[in-house]
This record gives sequence, structure tokens and C-alpha cells, in this order.
Amino acid sequence: MSELAVTLLRLGYLVLLWVFVLSAIGVLRRDLYGTRIVPRRRAATAASPGPAEANGSAAGDGHRDRGPTRLVVTEGPLRGTTLPLTSSAILIGRAPSCTLVLDDDYSSSRHARLYPEGGQWFVEDLGSTNGTFLDSTRVDAPLAIPPGARVKVGKSVLELQA
Amino acid sequence: MVTVAPHQVRPGRGVELGLLVVALALGVGAYALVGLNVTGVLPANIARYGAGMAVLAVVMHLVLRVRAPYADPVILPAAVALNGIGLAMIYRIDLAESTAADPSTFANRQLAWTGIGVLLACVVLVVLRDHRTLRRYTYTAMVAGLALILLPLVPGLGTTINGARIWVHLGGMSLQPAEFAKIALAVFFAGYLVTHRDTLALAGPTVLGLHLPRLRDLGPILVVWAGSLAVLVFERDLGTSLLFFGLFVAMLYLATERTGWILIGLGLFLGGALVAARTFSHVAARFEGWLHAFDDDVINQSPGGSFQLVSALYGMASGGLFGTGWGQGRPDLVPYAESDFIIASLGEELGLTGLLALLLVYLVLAERGMRTAIGVRDGFGKLLAGGVSFVVAFQCFVVVGGVTRVIPLTGLTMPFLAYGGSSLLANWVIVALLLRISDSARRPAPEVQGYDPGAPASTAADGQATEVLTGLREARG
Repeated sequence: MSELAVTLLRLGYLVLLWVFVLSAIGVLRRDLYGTRIVPRRRAATAASPGPAEANGSAAGDGHRDRGPTRLVVTEGPLRGTTLPLTSSAILIGRAPSCTLVLDDDYSSSRHARLYPEGGQWFVEDLGSTNGTFLDSTRVDAPLAIPPGARVKVGKSVLELQA
Repeated sequence: MVTVAPHQVRPGRGVELGLLVVALALGVGAYALVGLNVTGVLPANIARYGAGMAVLAVVMHLVLRVRAPYADPVILPAAVALNGIGLAMIYRIDLAESTAADPSTFANRQLAWTGIGVLLACVVLVVLRDHRTLRRYTYTAMVAGLALILLPLVPGLGTTINGARIWVHLGGMSLQPAEFAKIALAVFFAGYLVTHRDTLALAGPTVLGLHLPRLRDLGPILVVWAGSLAVLVFERDLGTSLLFFGLFVAMLYLATERTGWILIGLGLFLGGALVAARTFSHVAARFEGWLHAFDDDVINQSPGGSFQLVSALYGMASGGLFGTGWGQGRPDLVPYAESDFIIASLGEELGLTGLLALLLVYLVLAERGMRTAIGVRDGFGKLLAGGVSFVVAFQCFVVVGGVTRVIPLTGLTMPFLAYGGSSLLANWVIVALLLRISDSARRPAPEVQGYDPGAPASTAADGQATEVLTGLREARG
């Protein structure tokens, strides 16, 4: 091979190496710039396009006996997290051993428990510091959770949804 | 009022495929250039080699498409590029060191290990559906990790090579169990610290504005410190002991955000290292070879002289800014040019420009790991991703620092580049773990249906649930 070809190949390889590095960084560029700031009103409408406008006419009764199928965190640091409801109880708190681990400074490490009994879900406070609230009533003894009720644990709000 | 919304995440599998093409071109191109420049013709098996590498990369890519569609798109191409470049350099040194009677076959073995490594990574991705299952094996991982560390000390099983007793011989293969131990220990530290982070972070006195942990919480860190010193004393391996200790201190810092831990860790390590330098001749020789590398009697001292380090430095100097080109230098003059000193070999033939590009690839790899740790929601995943990507970055620092005489030379391997089966397998497993965790970090949260942040509580929400259910029923239909 001629001297020129060797030099060209040598430099060409270095160029290819840098093309790879720079294109990898290019892929990550969006990620490096972090997050997007959106005015709240627009974010809210963008986040929930369907249900507010969905038709509310045919609210049959048959669905209630099927009961809720999942637990949704609707407010607090974990907003948007869902958990499927099974036949076992759900432990809520900051301890990593909980079923739903809240990253919430206002909740206790083992804060509350949700458990099913006789086709109903109940909420029970486990001696938490700041208390558990079902809508606006403080949970002292286990309470049945009516459909659509909001369970407040620390700064997080949980709902049972079908 | 504004809200902060993360960018819409695209799965990025197409981008990954594009980067994989470039990464494969780097590996196979280097292999071809080595043949061209050393022997004047393309290597005989170049087509088979290229096809084999492409098949491995594509198999892994397809596994990702099925099993982890949201995994990070840059991690796999970075690993493939580094592995390919490492293979080409090992092949190049094989060519230089082979004689007709005694052909050197490091490259073939490394190629086999690459295949096994990629398949192992695929198995990890297929079997491990959710990284959180690993948390169940926290203490199993601790026992496994400690057992792996101590394995070379078992008589009859462990062997001493070049003064360090870190190898295990099994059926004709020699393995370094410490490479796998670091993954097991990362799993253990993540599981342990996620449970104990609050006690470690909050309990304890504050001295001079520095938050110190309680003495009894210091227990585990002292155990690990003793363990890494034991590796230093009984297995005579500086690098591995540094790696384990660094991993634990880094993960403690990740878990607690207390600078105090880093200062305590550094203090303990410096103390240990100073004592070791006074007491053990092999550690003292490393220090001597670092501080007085260019003294004649240090260079010629045998064993443990600085001849290797000095010739590597001259090699990199002769490479200069743009390198001599693949196959045009003499990296084979340095002992262990294919394993411990592969960075010096690459520095000679690719120059500073190429070496910086390679270091940037490592930087990108580690950055993706750390980004994954930020993005993933569960504490265990955060610590595990942060820990294993720290290991990759730390190994790079220790190796490159040693070869360029920034810190004393230690016997660690450069991830993916250096020759060594255990290291390659362990690093492919690390890549698989990072891909698995990044998949759950980048996967968009399931849509919250029936939730309207503006609506009042109770009755309205009740109605909404009904509407959603009706809608679902109609959709199912």
C-alpha cells in the first residue's frame, strides 16, 4: 500500500471514531437538556384529554359489583403510579418493604394498609404520625372505601379505580 | 404556575440500530486495517469475522426490541464498539508476537468469550424481567460475593500468577472470580443500603459541620474495609481491593448524600494503603515504580520494576497526537500489551485523538448508567444502576491513571477492551443490567384514566370512575 493510502486510512479511522462518539452524544442531546417547563393549565388539559368530556349518560349499575381493579396515586410525588388490586392487602409507606413505597416526607414508614374483605376494600391506619384520611374523615378504625373516595396518606392521594 | 414535564421518551431502537452499524464498522474496520498494515493483505477470515460480530450485535438488538423496548439506545453500541476495538488490538498483538512454532491465539479466545458474553447478556435480559426481583437475593448476593472473593484462596483451586492470587483454574480455563463478585456485591450493597439509608444518613453527631454516622452504623463499612484489606494481604491484589472499597464508599454516598462517608472512606483507604506500602514488598514496589519510574535501578529491578510502565509511556509518546496507525507501531514491546496495558497500545496506534475518543465512549457509557439511576423510580434500581456504572468508570480511572502514571499501577482490567474472559463476561452482564434498569427508567408511566386534577373530590370522582368503566366496556365491546 502506498504511504498516502496508509495515512488516509489512519486519519479516516480516527474520523470514524469521532463520528461515532459525536453521534452518540447527539442522540443524548435531548436528554442532557433535561425537562420541559409547561404552564400548568395547558399541562392539565394535555394530561387528561378524555374523561372530562366522555359521555356520562349510560352509567349502568352492573359495574359496581365487579369492584375496583387498581389503585392510582392521583396526587403527591408519585402521581400517576398505578398498582393492580389483587386479593392480597397493600401496605403503604416509606419503608422499602411496602407494596407501595411512597417518596413522601409526610408519610410514616409503615403508614396504612388497604385490604379486601367481603368484596369491599378497607383502609386501616397503622399508627402513622400524620394520620390517614378517607376523604375528610380521619381513619381511626378500618373503614370501607366507597367508590371514588380519596385516601390521603401524607401528601399523597390514592384512589381506587375500576 | 408551571409544571415540569419530562421529554416524551422515544424507544430509540432505530437510533440504536444506526449507532450499531457505526460501532460494527469501527470494530471490523480496525480488524481489516490491522491485517492490511501488518501483512499487506486483508485477514483471511475478515468476512466471517464481520458477519459473526454483526450477528451477535443484531441478536442482542432483537432481544432488546422484544424484552426491553425502552432500554437506553446508546449503551449497547458503546459496548459493541469498545469490544470490537479491543479485539482488533488483541489480534494485532497476536500478529506481532506469533512465531511459526508458537502462534499466539489470544484474539480467538477473546472472540469466543465475546460470543459467550453477548449470549449471557441476552439470557440476563430474557430471564430477568424486572430488576427489582434481584432485591430478594440481597443477602444471597452478599454470601455469593464473599465466596467468590475468597475462592482463589482455596488450596488446589486458586493459582498465583505474577504474584497475585486472584485466579481460579477450572477445567483448563482460568477465571478471575473477583470480576463476578463485584456484580454480586453491587446487588448486596444496593439491597442493604436501600433499607438502612435513613439510619446511616440521619442518626449521629455533627462535628465541625460534618455529619458523622453513629459508631454502630459504621459496622458494615468496617467489615468491607477489612474485607478489601484481606484481599490486599492474602491475594496480593491492589486493584481488586481498591475496586471493592471504592464501590462501597460510592454507593454509601449515593444512598445517603453524606460527604462524611467519602471523607471517612478516603481516610480509611489512605491509612490502609500507607500501612500496606510499609509492610508489603509488592505494594512498596508499585509505589516505588510510580514515584521513581525513570530511575535506572527501578527500571531494571526484577521483578516489580517499572520497565513495563516506562516503555508504555514511550510507546504513547511515539504515537503522538494522531497515532502511528493500526499495525504501524510497536505496542508488543510492552509486556502484557494485550491485557493490562492495552490502553497504552491503543494510545500508541490511535494517538491522543483516538484515546480521547475511547475515553469519551466510556464517559458516555457511565453517564447513561448514572442517568438511568436518576430516572428509575425505585431506590434499589437507583443504587444498583449507580453502583455498576461507578464500577465501570472507576475501573477506567484506575487503569488509565496507572498506565499514564497518575496513580500507582494496579492490576485491573479495562472494561471490554482488555483481554480476559471473566472481565468480558462480567461487563456484558453489567451492560445487560443497565439495559434492563434503563428500560424501566424510560418506560412512560401508564396513563391515568379518569383523573382530572381540576375536579373536586368524592361525588365527581365517583361519576368519573363510572364513565371510564362504561367507556372501557364500550371499547371492549
